[in-house]
Amino acid sequence: MTGFERFIDTFWNTAVLVRYAPAILQGVGVTVVLSLLIVICGIALGAGLACVRAYRVRPVSFVIVIYADVLRALPPLVLILLVFFGLPNLGIRLSAFTVLFLVLTLVLAAFAEEIVWAGITATPKGQWEAARSTGLGFTQTLGWVVLPQATRMVIPPLTNRAIAITKMTALGMVIGVPDILGQATTAQSFSANATPLTLAAVAYVLLFLPLVVFSRWLETRFSGGRA
Amino acid sequence: MTKRAQPTLEVRALHKSFGTDPVLKGIDLIVQRSEMVFVLGPSGSGKSTMLRCCNRLEEPDSGEIFVEGDRLTGPGVNLNAMRQRIGMVFQSFNLYPHLTALGNVTLALRRVQKMPRAAAADAALEALTQVGLGDRAGHYPAQLSGGQQQRVAIARALALRPTVMLFDEPTSALDPELVGDVLDVMREVKAQGMTMVVVSHEMSFAREAADRVIFMDQGRIVEQGPPAQIFDAPREDRTRAFLSRVSG
Ligand SMILES: Nc1ncnc2c1ncn2[C@@H]1O[C@H](COP(=O)(O)OP(=O)(O)O)[C@@H](O)[C@H]1O
Ligand SMILES: [Mg+2]
Repeated sequence: MTGFERFIDTFWNTAVLVRYAPAILQGVGVTVVLSLLIVICGIALGAGLACVRAYRVRPVSFVIVIYADVLRALPPLVLILLVFFGLPNLGIRLSAFTVLFLVLTLVLAAFAEEIVWAGITATPKGQWEAARSTGLGFTQTLGWVVLPQATRMVIPPLTNRAIAITKMTALGMVIGVPDILGQATTAQSFSANATPLTLAAVAYVLLFLPLVVFSRWLETRFSGGRA
Repeated sequence: MTKRAQPTLEVRALHKSFGTDPVLKGIDLIVQRSEMVFVLGPSGSGKSTMLRCCNRLEEPDSGEIFVEGDRLTGPGVNLNAMRQRIGMVFQSFNLYPHLTALGNVTLALRRVQKMPRAAAADAALEALTQVGLGDRAGHYPAQLSGGQQQRVAIARALALRPTVMLFDEPTSALDPELVGDVLDVMREVKAQGMTMVVVSHEMSFAREAADRVIFMDQGRIVEQGPPAQIFDAPREDRTRAFLSRVSG
């Protein structure tokens, strides 16, 4: 075997590839479903918290800020392990899938809260004043005037953060979530070959590259001025 | 007293401080129906603060404000209902950038006055036509000139059929060649019988259109009277000094 053949045999072994491709495809399904759930719930929760914070009720805002700061400071892996191995001691048994979903949703919500909050505070004071002067209430002004503008401003950073967090679904491997990486590492240990990992890498690129390109497009589209 | 006898806008002993800095030191002002009152004064004299107190965008420290005899100040006032009777036009237009001209005007009609969509659109189009922009209803603020944006802002206030309109330097942010269109619209609004309080540096407009001119300095009304009196024969030294500064 030449060096090149050994390289191919290690990373792109056709027999291994054919054998484990279906399992990895299943993993793709898990990763996609998990990612969608995390993005939808995480952004909704984060935006909701930012709106609550807009009412500037001191103790409430304080709790939100603490939440956002702690969850942004902690490495998600630590949280995943803590929840997965800690909660059963309290009698709460959650599946690995649920733990991963909960933790990453809460982490994305923390970042989304900060990002949407930045958008709310960046909306000029004159917008509030104009709306209030026509008789719109605080909540109406937030909903019809401020949030639509804030959302436009924060779509690029929000997209980037959502991509970064959904990539972390790969961390599910350590607690046995059968996502792309989970399936690939299982296959790798059975086959004693790196090909499943190559396949996983390819799957991640196919999944996330379009999103990265999309976020770049968003950034040019929403940078400066109104879209 | 019957309602008809009430002044359209009445301000009594209005005081306002920012921190320890007194900005309004007892303003008394009565504006009668269909009157156009012009407010002049050096920068920092409290003109904007007074105007903003008149719809409680700024909270007065003390004093009372009435619109057609209905109290605006104090607890228990339905502020959102009262504010629809007090139109406000800002120096920086403050149009909603994510909405078309029509959307800017219909928002409060729909969400505050709960008009059905079609009725709100009709009312908004009427207001836009009144400011000469009926054909721009579908444009976004970024697609309009400054003068057009300010006219949309006037239509936004006008569409709510307010009792009184407050203008805070409506032409100060405009290129000189666009000022005339906005003043034309204000003339038109006045001709329809609107009660107006206007803070502005457009002296010739004040001379021609105002019923009364008020000169403010350091948080007080120093002098007031018909434009001819204030411009040609001011009684107070401070008024004279201000007028010679701005015209010289
Ligand atoms: N929100 C605010 N906070 C603190 N000071 C303010 C605020 N608004 C206005 N002021 C001060 O109050 C004074 C009067 O301001 P303003 O009413 O805007 O005057 P004018 O419109 O006549 O130029 C100025 O000294 C200004 O700095
Ligand atoms: Mg001012």
